[in-house]
Parts: sequence; C-alpha cells; structure tokens
Amino acid sequence: MGTNWAWFHRFGSPPHVYRLAGLLTPWFAWPAALSILAALYGGLVLAPPDYQQGEGFRIIYVHAPSAWLSVMIYAVMATAAGVGLIWRMKVAHAAAASCAGIGAWFTVVSLVTGMLWGKPMWGTYWVWDPRLTAQLVLLFLYLGYIGLRSGIDDLGRADRASAVLALVGVVNIPIIRYSVEWWNSIHQAPSVMKMAKPSMPMEMLVPLLLMFLGFTLYFAAVMLVRLRAEILRRERSASWIREALR
Amino acid sequence: MTPRQRRVALVVGILAGVSVAGLLALSAFRENVMFFFDPSQVAAGDAPIDKRFRLGGMVRPGTVEREAGSLDMSFVVTDFERDVKVVYTGVLPDLFRENQGVVAHGRLGDDGIFVADEILAKHDENYMPPEVAKAIKSKHGGVMPVDPDPRKAKPET
Repeated sequence: MGTNWAWFHRFGSPPHVYRLAGLLTPWFAWPAALSILAALYGGLVLAPPDYQQGEGFRIIYVHAPSAWLSVMIYAVMATAAGVGLIWRMKVAHAAAASCAGIGAWFTVVSLVTGMLWGKPMWGTYWVWDPRLTAQLVLLFLYLGYIGLRSGIDDLGRADRASAVLALVGVVNIPIIRYSVEWWNSIHQAPSVMKMAKPSMPMEMLVPLLLMFLGFTLYFAAVMLVRLRAEILRRERSASWIREALR
Repeated sequence: MTPRQRRVALVVGILAGVSVAGLLALSAFRENVMFFFDPSQVAAGDAPIDKRFRLGGMVRPGTVEREAGSLDMSFVVTDFERDVKVVYTGVLPDLFRENQGVVAHGRLGDDGIFVADEILAKHDENYMPPEVAKAIKSKHGGVMPVDPDPRKAKPET
C-alpha cells in the first residue's frame, strides 16, 4: 500500500470524529436555517399558485424535499453500514445508527404530506400504488433497522446484524425512484429530480431547490449532533471522554 | 483472501443477491404491480373481464356529460389509440378535468362500458402559474396540449 490512507483511518478514531463533528455542526446548521427560511418565503409568498392545483401545490415545498431526504439518508446509512462491515469501523456503524431515526421521520413526513395532498387532488388519502407502497416499505425498513439494533444487547452484534439489514434494503431505493416509470402509477413522474429540464417555472423552482438544499444541510447538522451522542454512549468508559467533557 | 477482502465479498454478495432476488420478484409480480390498465390494454384483453380493475388514461375533451339534477355522469377515457366509455355516480376530485389523467376503479360491462365506483384524478408533473397556462392555451386554440402518454410524460418526444 503505497498510498497514504492516514486521513481515512483517522475517521476510525472516535475522539477525532467527535471533535470534528462538533466543529462542523454550526457550519451546516446556520446555512440550513437561512436557506429554509428563505425558501419558505419564496415558496409560500413569492411563488405564484399553480394553474391546476391552486394554492394547494405549495405542500410540494415540504413533501418533495422530505421524500428526497428519506431516500438520500437511506443511501448514506447503507453506505456507512457497508464501510462499518468491511473496515470494522465502529464510528461508521455509529454514523449509520444516527441516520436511521432522522430518515424514518422524513419518511413519515413525506407520507403524511402526500396523503394530505392526495385527498383533495387525487380524491383519496391512500391507494396501494407502487410508489406509495415502496415508500411505506422504506419506513418499515427504517423501523426494522431501529428495532433490530435495540433488540440486540451486544453492540458489535447489533452493528453487524443491522448493517446487513441496511444493505439488503438498498434494493428498495431504485424501486422507489423508478416505480412511476416502470409501472402505471397514480403518482406523477419527477418534476425536478430528472436529467431533463425541470417541469416548473423559475419562480416556483428556485424556492424548491433552496428547500432541498436547506433540508439536506439540516440533515447533516442533526446527524452530526446525533453522531456525537452515539459516540459518547459507546465510549462512555473511555478516558478521552473525561478529557473532552471537562 | 484477507479477512477484509472476505468482508468486501460479503457486502458485494449481499447487494448482488438482493438485486437479483428483487429483479426476479418484480418481473414475477409485473402484472400485479400495475396500478391501472390503459384503454389499449383493455382492448387487447389484458384487463380482467369479471373482476374489478382500474382503468387509467386521459379524459377525452368534449365527452364529459352530466345528468342534470343528479350526480350521474359519463366521459370517455382515452390513451389516444383506444377509447373506453365510463359511467359514474358520485363526487369528483378537484383535478378531474378534460385532457387530464384519470384513474377509474370499477368493472367492465359486456357492452364495453366501464362502470366506475371510484374516480381518482392523476396529476402530471408540470407546474405553472395560471397566466402561463392561459398563454399556452390561447396559443393552442383554448386547450392545454397534452402528452400522448398519460403514464409518463417524456419531454420532447
């Protein structure tokens, strides 16, 4: 191994990651707050109503970013779990564990806002449509991951078992994304998350993109806080903790 | 193999295994996962005759007829190749319009008329302010130009 992997191995060190996460948190939290506030103003005040849905379309500013995060967080969680399995890196397992709760909540938000929108627009809260069902399966994957972790007392075993579950669940991610293209679905095709030009004018699109950015930064900030808590919990008997908390 | 390479193989194996299993399961369920059938599939006999199923497509402009003083109505669902007439009694969702996607749940009669007991509107992925929509409509003689495939709007095809 000629290349220098020291930077990577430093991420295996809990004190280093604990300090780094603490330093980085405000750099994500403040931009998150600012962009979400700006996006709220742009989306709820500046953007015009939709020609079909009227004012009701504005729920997209919460629904679409939540749905994006629910999937993105799963990808982060599964990647961290895979790194933890391969390199036996406890900090990576801790990172995966700190993602699960946030991802589960964003999945709930995307489902609830979708239902509230679906009732007036489609005429129903819920149908067993491929997209809706796949998103519900995602929620169960998150809950299964959390449940599996809390059901195993031995930390190392809990890490490995839940990491395998997280990797198995990866198969659901492309199903969610492409469900509206592979099958007849009541859910519309993506308006923004596609290769082609977004199907939305600028004054609606800019607040939405800002909201995507804000939600993603928010996730990063909350995840770092939870990662620090998770590291503290795991390393509670280590001597560096007493140094760090003094 | 070093222990780490074995673990890499394990992770790759899990991902490959569930992908193959997922693909097999999805291709086996292909028909059951379909949320609705379009008029061409109905004409080809793909839709179940004696069971309830969902019919999806666009509401053909000028075919919506309402019975005065009741909730009875009828319209034609089209995929721009085949048409199916639908009769329905009840309240319609907000987005039910001519030239918009619709999903009707019900039964196909022997006379080829679809008797629906539930109508869902299907939104497309296009968002625009009312003025823009008005401008586009006036350019196209008062109607919104639609994508010929109601399932997935592909741009510039």
